[in-house]
Amino acid sequence: MPYIPHTETEIEEMLKSAGADSIEELLTCLPAALRVEGRLKLPEGLTEQALKETLAGLAAKNRGSSEQSVFLGAGAYAHYIPSAVDHIISRSEFFTAYTPYQPELSQGTLQAVFEYQSFVARLTGMDVANASLYDGASAVAEAVLMAGRITKRPGVLVSRALHPEYREVTETYLNATPEDIHEIPYCPDSGTTFVDAIETALGESIGSVVIQNPNFFGSIEELARIATVVHANGSLLIVVVNEPVSLGILKSPGEAGADIVVGENQSFGNALNYGGPYLGFMACREKFLRQMPGRLVGETVDTEGRRAFCLTFATREQHIRRERATSNICTNHGLTALAASVHMALLGPSGLVELAELNLSKAAYLRDKLNEIEGVSVAFNSPVFNEFVLFTDAEPDAVLKALGKRGIVGGLSLSRFYPELHGHLLVTATEVNSKADMDAFAVALSSIVEAEAATAGE
Amino acid sequence: MEFPEDLKYSKEHEWVRLEGDTAVIGITDYAQDSLGDVVYVELPAEGDAVTRGETFGVVESVKAVSDLYSPVSGSVVEMNDAVVDGPEAINEDPYTEAWMLKIELDNIEELEELLSADEYQQFIEEEK
Amino acid sequence: MKKVGTTGLQMNEPVIFERSVKGRKGVSPIEHDVPKANVSELIPARFLRSETVETNGAALPEVSELEVVRHYTRLSQWNFGVDSGFYPLGSCTMKYNPKVNEDIARLDGFTSIHPYLDTDSTQGALQLMYELEEYLAEITGMDGVTLQPSAGAHGELCGLMMIAKCLKARGETRTKVLIPDTAHGTNPASSQLAGFKVVKIASGTDGCITLESIEEAMDSDVAALMLTNPNTLGLFEHDIVEIAKIVHSRGGFVFCDGANMNALMGLVRLGDLGVDVVQLNLHKTFSTPHGGGGPGSGPVGVKAELAPYLPVPRIKKDKEEYTFEYDCPDTIGRLKAFYGNFAIMVRAYSYIRRCGPEGLRRVSEIAILNANYIKERLKATFELPHDDKPCMHEAVFSDATLKEFGVSTMDVAKRLIDYGIHPPTVYFPLVVGGAIMIEPTETESKAELDGFIEAMEAIAAEAKNAPELLHNAPTTTRVSRVDETRAAREPRLVWQP
Repeated sequence: MPYIPHTETEIEEMLKSAGADSIEELLTCLPAALRVEGRLKLPEGLTEQALKETLAGLAAKNRGSSEQSVFLGAGAYAHYIPSAVDHIISRSEFFTAYTPYQPELSQGTLQAVFEYQSFVARLTGMDVANASLYDGASAVAEAVLMAGRITKRPGVLVSRALHPEYREVTETYLNATPEDIHEIPYCPDSGTTFVDAIETALGESIGSVVIQNPNFFGSIEELARIATVVHANGSLLIVVVNEPVSLGILKSPGEAGADIVVGENQSFGNALNYGGPYLGFMACREKFLRQMPGRLVGETVDTEGRRAFCLTFATREQHIRRERATSNICTNHGLTALAASVHMALLGPSGLVELAELNLSKAAYLRDKLNEIEGVSVAFNSPVFNEFVLFTDAEPDAVLKALGKRGIVGGLSLSRFYPELHGHLLVTATEVNSKADMDAFAVALSSIVEAEAATAGE
Repeated sequence: MEFPEDLKYSKEHEWVRLEGDTAVIGITDYAQDSLGDVVYVELPAEGDAVTRGETFGVVESVKAVSDLYSPVSGSVVEMNDAVVDGPEAINEDPYTEAWMLKIELDNIEELEELLSADEYQQFIEEEK
Repeated sequence: MKKVGTTGLQMNEPVIFERSVKGRKGVSPIEHDVPKANVSELIPARFLRSETVETNGAALPEVSELEVVRHYTRLSQWNFGVDSGFYPLGSCTMKYNPKVNEDIARLDGFTSIHPYLDTDSTQGALQLMYELEEYLAEITGMDGVTLQPSAGAHGELCGLMMIAKCLKARGETRTKVLIPDTAHGTNPASSQLAGFKVVKIASGTDGCITLESIEEAMDSDVAALMLTNPNTLGLFEHDIVEIAKIVHSRGGFVFCDGANMNALMGLVRLGDLGVDVVQLNLHKTFSTPHGGGGPGSGPVGVKAELAPYLPVPRIKKDKEEYTFEYDCPDTIGRLKAFYGNFAIMVRAYSYIRRCGPEGLRRVSEIAILNANYIKERLKATFELPHDDKPCMHEAVFSDATLKEFGVSTMDVAKRLIDYGIHPPTVYFPLVVGGAIMIEPTETESKAELDGFIEAMEAIAAEAKNAPELLHNAPTTTRVSRVDETRAAREPRLVWQP
């Protein structure tokens, strides 16, 4: 049997020590009448070689970025991952360890988490950050619950320009609790959250306001202005970042006035992996620390006075506070956080700025190129980072399908999430999209839209 | 372990010292010893009401959280900021420096239901 | 006896910021093949970082590639993983993480697929997910499975929300969840998050839930009983079938925390025992690596009545084509962006395919054998808190025999490190004073178990003869015991220059 080292002789010896004649004798506590009859209905076990072949066959049925030219983002970004990242996270001392409950033999994990917390705090302009959460969406939900505990106000205003799946997750989490969610519309010209609508909707019951930046449409929000409005009401501003590469050039949410910053760190060091595992992050002002969910690592000393690290503020957590914990989270996303750390360390400050500028340049190039096409226009007039919304007169599904035939995944049709944005595509460009691929995209889109227009005109 | 004679004690391990009409409260030497190193304490603000037998705050060590149960009813006239800023005082000097609240009593007779130092010592012996 | 633990070759290594040298670079992004954008022309100054690269708030360390590699390599050497040695952390199932699964999870066809690709481009991924759902349903005896939750606790929340929604559909409001005192802390925390009040059930003298306690507590306001089976004492809840009948007859659901599923595969199916909802931990039973604290994956299986409430989207198969179903009117909604921790599912799927039905059954049988072997051999040295009868996949001892020497469970745990062994789970479950919870898993050989048993016996002797060895342990690690009080009193959670 795979992965089981025992010989028959050893099993016999062990049974003898355990005072049993057979393994069955150890199973008498199981209800005899309800034992599995025969075998589970599962495919036969495979040799390692056959397994690899079978799974390679499944992988081959997928067509990823190496087989198509993909311009998708929307909360999951294809960035170049330096080789060193996977080599480091493949060190089994990291990936076969568990949560560092015993600090003396987990100093590696603990120091790495401490450094990761430092990276996230610096990147977001906040005082403290936790060890990680599941993903950007659940991090938003946790932040809203946290703000409710801090402000003791049950209401939350959520921008409609927040990632639609993040909104759905927040609704699911809050359904169970008496929090009320109100949606704030976006401005149809700029694609940014309508600040006046926030002002109108704010009231004594509103604990927090959730704004994504750059938002789901790629547009850059007026964070500082929003922060002023939100704070005037005694509410907390939760800023969501799901493309953290943007922080290489954009003002940090902390500097702009955020109280809690959450989001998705997949962009650093983590592959697309069909949506997971990714990496939720959370950072906040120090005064909110005790209401923060998730693990925290702190620096301390050992009995000899040497620098050491350990999990701290554990009394917030489920294994101690049980039903009164700040969250139920236990297992978090340690290894994907390590990957993000390694990538950030490899980039360094200048590398991060260069990467951000490169993304900005790529998206600006593609945006201009596509905007020149007859029948295609950029939908919103606000500044963007590495993604933007296009409008075409042509039927978007037909356009995407025709592009697909040419090996181009041209973006995300927004009508799926925003019925009012029929004909709109969310298009993303990062450093992995070459100029040649972008040029080919423009050529293809031009001819497809032209053909569609001709068909429509008939 | 010390249990000053001039204090009253509750079975939830709080002590009370009467100063004029106000009661000063904190946690006992036994309580701090069972908790271990105290790292955090959360107390109500001035003006808040507390009720005998109900929780008024939380005290935390590294790996445990305990509720604080008020030994008396009344309203908080003063809260000890120093103990919130430096909770180690609870371990070092639970009866003097680490007082927690001064409470204006609703009913001074409540105090009679509390334990004397001897009775409390006997109580914790039994509890062990 | 021969100790594995040594001080080894341990390098000093500062916090990475302390290695930083102004102007040094690790890797550079790909070169510009498009005109370099003028940032300030594209983005108004009020949105831009005001600081220069050198002073900005994002100041990351400036280190070379080799320095980064060396830094993390040295950190890794201060760590202990399953690949380093025996890791009997109870309830965490620290079994071997097969290498082939890592290779498979890194196949480009799995890593490079964007979650919003058209399903035409992701048929292999969808097939894998669909089949994994089927396998998990078969293993647990459930009718429907979702792979969406990210970890066990996330799965608990998911299951409890489905119960709440189903009750609502029945026109009932029930506010309580019954949870035994041996439960993991996530159970009450998840119940609270799902909007329920927690009622604690005391286990009986044999460590299991009693019929009487359920009879008494199970009223019309109870939504569910949330139990763990085998429970955290490593005991099979022998009355589960009767317990489930009581809960069902009074309109409640039975939720089983599947953290300890490693004991049951191919032996019994929770669904056959009356369980309505089970959450699984792919990072425990199904061999995916724990990663120093995740990512895991927490699929949830449910009986037919609860299936309409599963999170959206569902995966469906139409002839030979796989797609997502978003039209699920009764769903609890979504718990995570996209579809779950796919790369973890790939590993778990690979594990199930490699083992097959006979292999999985053997996994559970040998996991039980290993635990019983340890229990039998150590029960003369350490106290068993409950009746001595066969355990399932883990064995729990108390520190009762050590107290007279002024030695605690923590001391034993720390001393084990000097012997080159990761400590078991300690001080849990809470119902056992000074609990030592040992889960060997099936992937450990008899020789490894013998080494552990000898170490535990040697430590018990040391406790008597030289307790200072335990109090001062560990001595072979990079750091000795750490001052956790100071970490909490003087918080330093980020690096400061």
